[in-house]
Amino acid sequence: MVLTEEEKRVALEQTGSILENYPPDRGNLIPILQQVQEKLGYVPLVAMEEVARHLGVPAVDVYSVATFYNQFRLIPPGKHQVKVCMGTACHMKGGHIILDCWKRRLGIDVNQVTPDREFSLERVACVGCCTMAPVTVIDDEVHGKVTPTRVDGLLFSFGVKIPKGQQKEGETVEQG
Amino acid sequence: MSRDKVIKENFTKLQQKSRAAWESLRERPLILVGTATCGRAAGALEILKVIKEELAKSGLEASVLEVGCMGHCYAEPLVTVYKPGFPPICYGYVTEGIAARLVQDFLGGDDPCLEFALAALEANDMVPAFTDFPRGMIEKNIILDKCGLIDPENIEHYIALGGYAALAGALGRDPGQVLEEIKASGLRGRGGAGFPTGRKWETCRLAPGEEKYVICNADEGDPGAFMDRAILESNPHQVLEGLAIAAYTVGARQGYFYIRAEYPLAVARVKKAIEQARQAGLLGTNILGSGFDFDVDVFQGSGAFVCGEETALIASMEGEPGLPRHRPPFPATAGLRGKPTVINNVKTLSYVPHIVERGARWFRETGTDGSPGTAVFALAGKVINTGLAEVPMGTTLREVVYDVGSGIPGGKAFKAVQIGGPSGGCLPESALDMPIDFDSLSQAGAMMGSGGMVILDEDDCMVEIARFFLDFTQKESCGKCTMCRLGTRQMLDILEAITKGQGKPGDIELLLELAEDVKAGSLCGLGKTAPNPVLSTIRYFRDEYEAHIKERRCPALMCQSLIAYYILPEKCERSCDACVGSCPVEAIYTNEDRIKVIDQQKCVKCASCLEACPPQYKAVIKLSPPELVNEMGA
Repeated sequence: MVLTEEEKRVALEQTGSILENYPPDRGNLIPILQQVQEKLGYVPLVAMEEVARHLGVPAVDVYSVATFYNQFRLIPPGKHQVKVCMGTACHMKGGHIILDCWKRRLGIDVNQVTPDREFSLERVACVGCCTMAPVTVIDDEVHGKVTPTRVDGLLFSFGVKIPKGQQKEGETVEQG
Repeated sequence: MSRDKVIKENFTKLQQKSRAAWESLRERPLILVGTATCGRAAGALEILKVIKEELAKSGLEASVLEVGCMGHCYAEPLVTVYKPGFPPICYGYVTEGIAARLVQDFLGGDDPCLEFALAALEANDMVPAFTDFPRGMIEKNIILDKCGLIDPENIEHYIALGGYAALAGALGRDPGQVLEEIKASGLRGRGGAGFPTGRKWETCRLAPGEEKYVICNADEGDPGAFMDRAILESNPHQVLEGLAIAAYTVGARQGYFYIRAEYPLAVARVKKAIEQARQAGLLGTNILGSGFDFDVDVFQGSGAFVCGEETALIASMEGEPGLPRHRPPFPATAGLRGKPTVINNVKTLSYVPHIVERGARWFRETGTDGSPGTAVFALAGKVINTGLAEVPMGTTLREVVYDVGSGIPGGKAFKAVQIGGPSGGCLPESALDMPIDFDSLSQAGAMMGSGGMVILDEDDCMVEIARFFLDFTQKESCGKCTMCRLGTRQMLDILEAITKGQGKPGDIELLLELAEDVKAGSLCGLGKTAPNPVLSTIRYFRDEYEAHIKERRCPALMCQSLIAYYILPEKCERSCDACVGSCPVEAIYTNEDRIKVIDQQKCVKCASCLEACPPQYKAVIKLSPPELVNEMGA
């Protein structure tokens, strides 16, 4: 995904103000990246380069940390972030079916953003609400006991209308 | 004045102030609403709003508190009402209507609305108490005892109920004495491996160096476990007190909470607890006038399962990718920034104040010789009463599943219990009478792990379970050791092929061989235990693997590639359209006999029709292998 000049400018500005609060100590790398993500919603390359300069480490070190940990997102998120829990309890209660539903309805795969940047889809390991399985978290709000029809209901609550029978080609799962 | 007298005096002042605040709270009716993450997911915040609105409307005098999790997560949202003249009563499955009635009829009138009551908190003549149920008889709450009964964001509640007395007591003693107490208690690390806590502390205490650290490991990455989250959200001060005692014992002046970023509420509550403890003089310089300095910071983990491993956790705190390091040297001698560091799990630290306060002998009265104390389990999956349960070590699995968890819902048959998450294993019915402790579990091929317990019933495929856990560990492997990185990949490929009906003869033997190699060739606990789910399912459920490989059939009707959905014509009610409306891909049509039929080419196997078909018809079934559909039609 290519960032606009405006996005780059905002990213640099925000990163700069975050860096003012941290002494150049490598131990601060993860807290800084977390702050960047909290402010921007993602960690763009320009921000990583800026952080590397501040800490006096090679940019590749920052990149290796940002890509090692699941928390960091390298592309801008959608306006609404859909996180489908794939923990044990959710899996046993059909979490993969719920994930399939989101993929089908949003028309995107995991770690992608809808073209209008309204929704992004992620899988999370476990949000610790195993008793409410299967769980979907949308923008920090936890929705428990999700069913395929509930997925439609949730999308509807965000003003998305689901036209019946508008599935794209090749969506059927191969048989047997 | 002597040092311990000063400590005692300072603490008594704090205690009196807190007790006065707590007593004054109890003079009026008191409503507790459980708003930990589990409660919030069930709508506790709306309930809280309704209660506050109703109170304002009626002009009734009552205090409302947000509390943590009592462990009865199956019945969320939970509300507990204290009204003078009545026993404290806990209400479950509270809706907005029930919440309004509790205010109007119970607080406004004198009707305790017993039809909505779950149980009373104390034994009494009016309502059965939790202790009157089988679950209450087995449970023994040590570290969960205040969870859900106090406001986790109010230090005074914790102190009023005996909190921080252990820290005050410990500060008045020699650190060596505190260490002896912990050693004598036989406390073992609750993070999974069960290493004796006293020995860890002793190593760190004896390690040379002025600068030492203590870290609370709250990187609960095990999918299916939520005990640490619940404890941090419900009673953060208990953990903080344990951490401070650990610091005093080993001689550390700086501590950290390493909490995973997926637990925002836990992070917020711990930060608040630290702030309050500082203000009360229980953290910072010269704690309670003892001359002991100690402060704590929070470090947020970034979502890497491997960081639950001590050396990987340290690497991530140092700004590196979380790769484990060779041990020795152990972190207790060379840990964070090369300094001696004690890293203990949330639950381990939670026991510490209790042991210091009540003594090692008291602690040893519970549990077994080799594993004293209690075990905290997060019950999830196919069990009626999901939630948290604290039971003495040595309780049998059967008691946990059937008495605490009330058994399997829907009259289904128990199949297995998965303990210890991705590092643990699946134990079958024959292992149910085994007493639970660190040693018996590892003998059976599972592991205590952090305490996640997922109950599986006849609808769960054991091959799929093994595949699920291996998929998790394979994704979370940090990539340092070849065997873990590539070995788990190979194993996963084989398991995926089996669940798709592409398994080959000899696959089981190959899996067993690879499993041994991965165990032997990995540096840290992640790789060493990654094959456990596969090994234990092959050991106890080999027939299911064989059915997948030889017959291309999933006996539990779970593996999507090996099943087909089918509508039984003789059961289908012609005038009903429920399944048609539920299908997200319009795969269901009506044939010339007005019977619904699934177009197998379109079906995405989402199970919507199965759920939508009214229970009086039960016309939708699953078939395996999927070719059976053709025979049914014929």
